[in-house]
Amino acid sequence: MTDSHASISKIEISFIVNDEPKKVFAYSMERLLDVLRMELGLTGAKEGCGEGECGSCSVLMDGALVNSCLVPVLQAAGTNIVTIEGLAAGQRLHVLQEAFLEYGGAQCGICTPGMVLAAAHLLDGRPEPTIDEIREGLSGNLCRCTGYSQIVEAVTAAARRTSTLEIDRLRTTG
Amino acid sequence: MNADRIVGKSVPRKEGRDKVTGKSQYVDDMVLPEMLFGATVRSQIPRGRITKITFGSGIAWDEFVIVSAKEIPGKNCIALIGDDQPCLASGFVNHPEEPILLLAHPDRHLLPKAVQAVSIEYEPLPAIFTIDESERRSQIIWGEDNVFKTYSIDKGNLDGIWEKADYVVEGEYSTGAQEQLYIENNGMIAAFDTEHGITVWGSLQCPYYIHKALMALCNLPAEKVRVVQMETGGAFGGKEEYPSMIAAHATLLAIKSGKPVKIIYDRMEDMVATTKRHPSRTRHRTAVSRDGKILGGEIDFTIDGGAYATLSSVVLSRGVIHAGGPYYWPSVRIRAEAVATNAPPHGAFRGFGAPQSLFAMERHMDRIAQTVGLSPVEIRRRNFLQPGQETTTQQVIREPIDLGKLLDRALEISDYHSKKQNFAKQNLGGPFRRGMGIAAFLHGAGFTGSGERYLSSVVGVEGCADGSVRVLVSSTEFGQGTNTVLSQIAAEALGLPYESVSMAQPDTLAVPNSGPTVASRTVMVVGKLVQSAALGLAQTLTSSGLLREGYSAEDFRAACQQQVAAHGQFRSWSRYEAPSGIFWDDQAYRGEAYAAFAWAVYVAEVSVDLATYSVSVNDFVALQEVGKVLHPLLARGQVIGGVAQGIGFSLYEKVVWQNGRMQNGQMTNYIMPTSSDLPPIRVFFEELGNVHGAYGAKGIGELPMDGPAPAIVNAVEDALGVRFDSIPLFPEDIMDALNKVALDKDALSASSQMNGTSPAGGTR
Repeated sequence: MTDSHASISKIEISFIVNDEPKKVFAYSMERLLDVLRMELGLTGAKEGCGEGECGSCSVLMDGALVNSCLVPVLQAAGTNIVTIEGLAAGQRLHVLQEAFLEYGGAQCGICTPGMVLAAAHLLDGRPEPTIDEIREGLSGNLCRCTGYSQIVEAVTAAARRTSTLEIDRLRTTG
Repeated sequence: MNADRIVGKSVPRKEGRDKVTGKSQYVDDMVLPEMLFGATVRSQIPRGRITKITFGSGIAWDEFVIVSAKEIPGKNCIALIGDDQPCLASGFVNHPEEPILLLAHPDRHLLPKAVQAVSIEYEPLPAIFTIDESERRSQIIWGEDNVFKTYSIDKGNLDGIWEKADYVVEGEYSTGAQEQLYIENNGMIAAFDTEHGITVWGSLQCPYYIHKALMALCNLPAEKVRVVQMETGGAFGGKEEYPSMIAAHATLLAIKSGKPVKIIYDRMEDMVATTKRHPSRTRHRTAVSRDGKILGGEIDFTIDGGAYATLSSVVLSRGVIHAGGPYYWPSVRIRAEAVATNAPPHGAFRGFGAPQSLFAMERHMDRIAQTVGLSPVEIRRRNFLQPGQETTTQQVIREPIDLGKLLDRALEISDYHSKKQNFAKQNLGGPFRRGMGIAAFLHGAGFTGSGERYLSSVVGVEGCADGSVRVLVSSTEFGQGTNTVLSQIAAEALGLPYESVSMAQPDTLAVPNSGPTVASRTVMVVGKLVQSAALGLAQTLTSSGLLREGYSAEDFRAACQQQVAAHGQFRSWSRYEAPSGIFWDDQAYRGEAYAAFAWAVYVAEVSVDLATYSVSVNDFVALQEVGKVLHPLLARGQVIGGVAQGIGFSLYEKVVWQNGRMQNGQMTNYIMPTSSDLPPIRVFFEELGNVHGAYGAKGIGELPMDGPAPAIVNAVEDALGVRFDSIPLFPEDIMDALNKVALDKDALSASSQMNGTSPAGGTR
């Protein structure tokens, strides 16, 4: 078998993925998307366009939302990465995942992992977004099935639930 | 109604949890041992003779598996309706991107370079690219006359009608190609061994289409071909027929290499090489009375089918039957034609010809209204089909549909009248022009005419050893909710909890042929068969004494377990039977075209920015009658998603062609709407019910694609007072039209000035 990157050699790259330290041997310019999918078996991130337009390969890297098809794996060295597989706490779904189910935010499901992570990123910076802020915040992630309304409703509901939970927590601890 | 009913409730999507956690397995997520990756060498020219193929230097060709047309074991075609489309070109190419050679290698990174290194020499032949060029027949590129299919519909008598008419209204309307743009690109894996034959796993809508194509391609019996659907990331018609081509390619490489082969298209290959919505041209000539009644008319509907026949005849059929809209035509003559051009074949896309012909009809209604001097509302009201009247194919409307009432409700919800009044005042100044537009339409559910009878679909429902129930169908889930709604129907029929029903994975080895997942037929037609097959299970159990009437879910479970323990596999089957009294004449194209029509009135509110000429849809009301809604959340999701695609079709999505090849095959330059482009899409249902569908359901999937384009373009005309008859409608089109209006006005005022001054002799 011919080596497609024959002129260069693989290097060891370490990062944290979904709270677990990982080491991979990869070419420095390999796409993070391919390393996640093929080396680590994390196939939740999808390739929709390969040029950073559709957002279905979105993951969180040190808290930032990135298109993993545009990130050379070397750039991910030493970072903390969260993929869709790392969002639920065991069997308990993340509040966004629950809301996507309840409000019809997922149809064919191919954009869903990226969309849920984009929504998580949005709520992280803006826990109580307006409808316009949600529409703007998710506009880097394309969905051909839903027309977005039910995604926006899911994110709105998740934000409301999170802030209710947060208030409850403050009440019980305060 | 029983409060415990499952149909009508928004139960959780069957495969939803796997989708939101990223666990769902799509074809590119699947890896087989020793798997190779395949790629396709395609034609660079639109039409010509292949004279030489050279494998360039710098590539270790001995490591590659290479397949040409010569190595096809059976017939070199993608068997579908006709068999005119080759699997691999041999000698001639008829469109850009036509497959010529296949390559496979263990390292997917090496394939693009290898594809580039194959150089193909051609003797080019003249090519044609538009409907007009095809009709002129200066080049015959298909058959004897470039015509794939024609239809004629004749109702009543047009003699003397033009003389009798107070107005004769003419118009020509056109729609462009549209890419389905599912977010998951096409992909397929094939494996072959002599004992089991071929197995393919893929992203697809119609397992048995592929099954049929592979049998012909490989000359294999049915039991040696197995097709398995993986989770499918969007389809919209785009995975109806082309997956047979990709499955065929992966199969040929797998047979030659003896290893599994995966072919995954990248975005550009998917966009430039696979099918799109047929471009269309519609001409209307309508005789209208003084009070705005349609007396009769002629409609010419033509679609561009691309280089091979594929599904064009069927797309044409649906387009032609919908061409008269939801109106009563005392007499009409409709002529329809699908013609060949040297572009990749156009194919199935949600709506399937109806969005094209209905765009024309609904734009034309506004033109008739203007000519007669009635409002767009009133002209429609005076011509709506009434129960007891006949459609253009002379199908009698038997259900108590009241389109006038539907229209009134849509106008009320959208606040149409007061907004229209306000906009007329506001439009006198300021940087924006606002407008309101309506579209009334219908969409037939299920296959056309005798189609369902030919399909003769079969559905199975299985009682399992653990007492649960499994639905066996080849109907596929690709986001629209097949798994969920068919499970609801089985659960409802048996009086069981939704959770105790599961869906078998569509796998031709394991499920019967319940027909293709197309034509808004799954809930209505397949759902009805699921209902009757499920009832069959219960009947077997009651007649064998294991179950009594009025049983509980627990009783059923126990009885089912006993049945399986005593007799082994426990299944009930149901085959489609045409309802009695249904008449359809395939030759005259007359009779009951569809078992049911869904009806709708959509209202669009737009604003046009006079600085950028961009159109924003600010509000969208979608009101429809789709029979009983079995799952409100999914139904609403279907409508919103369809409207969003319709907005794209109207205002965003333009395929730029050059010599038959799409030039903008990327998501960066072929633009679909994002979340920040779309308005709130407000969805409302009327529910009349339908005797032919499961629990009163009609089809819903395609309907919402039909209305947005005419509603939006009608609203743009309302805003600007300028007529647009072609979509997509881009800012530059609006700029050109407004500039032309301004120039005409200038010319007019200049000439009147000249007339005014000439008597004084000043200009002499």
